[in-house]
Amino acid sequence: MNPGIMRQGSGRDRWLDVLLLVAGMLLLWQGASWALGIEVLPGPWRTLLQLQREIADPDFGKHLAETSKAFFTALLIAVLAGTSLGLILGVRRLAGDVMELILIALYSIPKISLYPIILLMFGLGLSAKIAFGVIHGIIPIVIFTMTAVRNIRPVYLRSIRTHRLTPWQGAVHVLIPATVPEIVAGLRIGFSLTLLGTLLGEMFASQRGIGHLLMLAIDRNNPPTIMALALMLFMFATVVSIGLLQWDRHLRRGTQP
Amino acid sequence: MNEAALTVPAPRRQSVALAMRRHRVVLLRCLFIIVSIAVLELASRLAWIDPVSFIPPSEMALSAWKLLLNGAYRDDMIMTLSSAAMAIVLATTTGFLFGLLLYKLPRLRRVLDPLLLSYYAVPIFVLYPMLIVLFGLNRWPLIMLGFLFAVVAMAVNTLNGLERIPTVLLRTARMLRMGRVQEVWLIKLPASLPFVFTGIKLSIVYSFIAVIGGEFLLSGTGFGYQIAFAYNNFDNQTMYGLMLLLLIFVGTINLILHAAEQRLYQRRVLREPS
Repeated sequence: MNPGIMRQGSGRDRWLDVLLLVAGMLLLWQGASWALGIEVLPGPWRTLLQLQREIADPDFGKHLAETSKAFFTALLIAVLAGTSLGLILGVRRLAGDVMELILIALYSIPKISLYPIILLMFGLGLSAKIAFGVIHGIIPIVIFTMTAVRNIRPVYLRSIRTHRLTPWQGAVHVLIPATVPEIVAGLRIGFSLTLLGTLLGEMFASQRGIGHLLMLAIDRNNPPTIMALALMLFMFATVVSIGLLQWDRHLRRGTQP
Repeated sequence: MNEAALTVPAPRRQSVALAMRRHRVVLLRCLFIIVSIAVLELASRLAWIDPVSFIPPSEMALSAWKLLLNGAYRDDMIMTLSSAAMAIVLATTTGFLFGLLLYKLPRLRRVLDPLLLSYYAVPIFVLYPMLIVLFGLNRWPLIMLGFLFAVVAMAVNTLNGLERIPTVLLRTARMLRMGRVQEVWLIKLPASLPFVFTGIKLSIVYSFIAVIGGEFLLSGTGFGYQIAFAYNNFDNQTMYGLMLLLLIFVGTINLILHAAEQRLYQRRVLREPS
């Protein structure tokens, strides 16, 4: 990306841009809703009302808690395991070379078709969802961390050796601080893929969670509920993603001339 | 970069060493895959893991081979392939034009920028139910899902490539008084080809993921559906056979695309030693 070009506008311009974007999307949505009929595609206002109704539903809290539990556990595992694996593969150059293509291949297969294996291994329930979220989210984190460690300035690696740090100390005091921006960038992609994995896991063979609610709404042919849940996920994912992006930019400030 | 420039005196020896290293990496990679498969085979045969729920890889291969021979799933394969192909064609053409548009209209781009950056943060699959409501339970929701999943990657990569076109080429186009279409066709597309190709590659990968995922979740035909169907019927032989076929197929496509992409980038780097 090219932050220099993108960040030229002043603060007020940027707010105007965001406002324009949101207004444009709402208009498009409303227009599409009128064109297709309100029963097929409910407009923004109706969707918001429906979302309010969904949240007020007594069962909603349980479903949300189930999804959050699965998602955050999966994200935690993906980040911890992904970063450590990435560090190891980054430092061990040969191992990294060997694994890189395999990781890329794993990244690009439609993992959902492998979900039955996960289900057979972990059984129906929370652990299968977590495992599915992890296998979606971990690979980008590994790849980003690995690439970051490989492109680290050699002087850092030499300073690890001169200080005779143990591998653990080297990782905590040198490698991780030096690669935080890339780890955050990987986290951004890992976050969304983990969310995707968890939701997909809930949409297939599950009895609880937001994904299950979505599937129920399809079976009952209930567009307002689908749109309301989709909107909720959309907003959650967008807000977190923009937050991580800002963090990423903040970390990169000053490191790039 | 600098180190390479310093050790030029022995280019031949260096290239030989590099080739050796590359061979070793490929060898180790194959070894890793073979050992993993062998461990799985052993684990399943010796019942370290449940041999009913995870059948040995050799049986998977046998089942895949049988499925391929008796051709029972040929229609599903063609269905999935054609749906994905349509999504890919739609996504690459629209994505390219969209990227071009964003390049031409910086104001629009500034407004859409947050959307482009956070587009893939949203699990697009949540829209699949809506697409089914909109298009009915046929192949079009799947094609649209693949299209939606792939088009932004194509647009962003096109934009990325267009931005990196050396100014001198654009000046040449102006000097030769090329028309709009000529400029795109003769200058912009070739000059940004590696990046556009990355876009195409991602479009292909994403389209397949979306189409097969959609089939898996909710559909009546196609490869993904058949896997889900076999799972629901406890038909593990068929399920693993289908999965293996799918993995081999997608893996081969990815490998070819990856190799072609590497070559494109390498050629470009060699021609522009900047």
